[in-house]
Amino acid sequence: MTRPTLTQATGAAHSRILGIGAARGENVVTNDDISGPINSSDEWIQQRTGIITRRRAGAETDVLDLSEAAARQAIAAAGLTGSDIDAVILSTVTYFEQTPAGAAVLADRLGATPAAAYDISAACAGYCYGIGQADALVRSGAAHHVLVIGAEKMSAFIDPTDRSISFLLGDGAGAAVVGPSDFAGIGPTIWGSDGSRAKAVGQTHTWLELRDNPELGWPTLRQDGQSVFKWAAFEMPKIAQQALDAAGVTADQIQAFVPHQANMRIIDQMAKQLHLPASVVIGRDIADTGNTSSASIPLATDRLLQEGAVKSGDLALQIGFGAGLVYAAQVVVLP
Amino acid sequence: MANSEQEILAGLAEIVSEETGLPTESVLPEKSFTDDLDIDSLSMMTIVTLAEEKFDVRIPDDEVKNLVTVGDAVSFIAKAQA
Repeated sequence: MTRPTLTQATGAAHSRILGIGAARGENVVTNDDISGPINSSDEWIQQRTGIITRRRAGAETDVLDLSEAAARQAIAAAGLTGSDIDAVILSTVTYFEQTPAGAAVLADRLGATPAAAYDISAACAGYCYGIGQADALVRSGAAHHVLVIGAEKMSAFIDPTDRSISFLLGDGAGAAVVGPSDFAGIGPTIWGSDGSRAKAVGQTHTWLELRDNPELGWPTLRQDGQSVFKWAAFEMPKIAQQALDAAGVTADQIQAFVPHQANMRIIDQMAKQLHLPASVVIGRDIADTGNTSSASIPLATDRLLQEGAVKSGDLALQIGFGAGLVYAAQVVVLP
Repeated sequence: MANSEQEILAGLAEIVSEETGLPTESVLPEKSFTDDLDIDSLSMMTIVTLAEEKFDVRIPDDEVKNLVTVGDAVSFIAKAQA
């Protein structure tokens, strides 16, 4: 008997972001609110990070609540309803349930059942990982409308006495719906990892270590700030440049640069290394949102759109980078 | 090509000046990056990275804490080039 020929899926010729949405933690936390336990000051924090205030969620708000709020906006902005979504990708490192994935619960809340749904763990690069996957899913025919969410409740992962990263962190979610397009709306994703540097950013100890030694207490985030700064500020612009090159555009043809909002000093150095012309608007949402890990890029993008600094159809270069180490960058047409 | 310590000092002074706005004349071998030149840890990493590029040397991240004075950095770069 001859083997029958299988049908393989084929997808849309092009994809683009159809709509985005944003949700921030409801509380404004000032530098004065948090400087005591780290023996610091508003001036020191602003000078080191560019952060004036950060947004954090209350005890009753979890990462899925933030996700749902941002996702509903993105779906509406795309002119769709929950039932139009057939894949949900949730990027988070602060959904504190090993299984099932938060994405499936979220899909159900949004009326997107039976969408394919899974979480990804790519820390601050997670949103760009998700956009890269969504682009591939739509163009391969594996999905038609993909919801990508970067969502974090980083405040659940901090140590108030930690001077390396905790004081930077905020809570929020950003979402994007990716779907078929009659023009190329997402450039090639340049992505990668360097697990040899896994210790540069990560949690203080594992959940198993906590189980076996409860005295260790709740794990929190730590980073080797200087080492991470050097990598982010000087190596990541090379990745961003590769994303521009792969998309076939130059720095003077884009309207916005939206890097992960890790630290204003990193953002400034990246812009310098990329030789961006003054006409390029730079996402600086970190100043009053803080570092929200995988949520930071869609939050910053949404803000630029809401404030009218950029408009639909403009080109934005986005790059995420963080714990892994992992990174991903692409050029997108703004919705 | 290896630079003399004088050339390294001059090149380093340019980098420090660019990063901090301090005049190049103030970047002297005995000056402490932190205490005298008021350079914070992130600016220090910027200076180190630009020095690596300028002098074609590798300065490991865990070596940076040992570069207390400008002279320490000049010596390290000179040795790394040798």
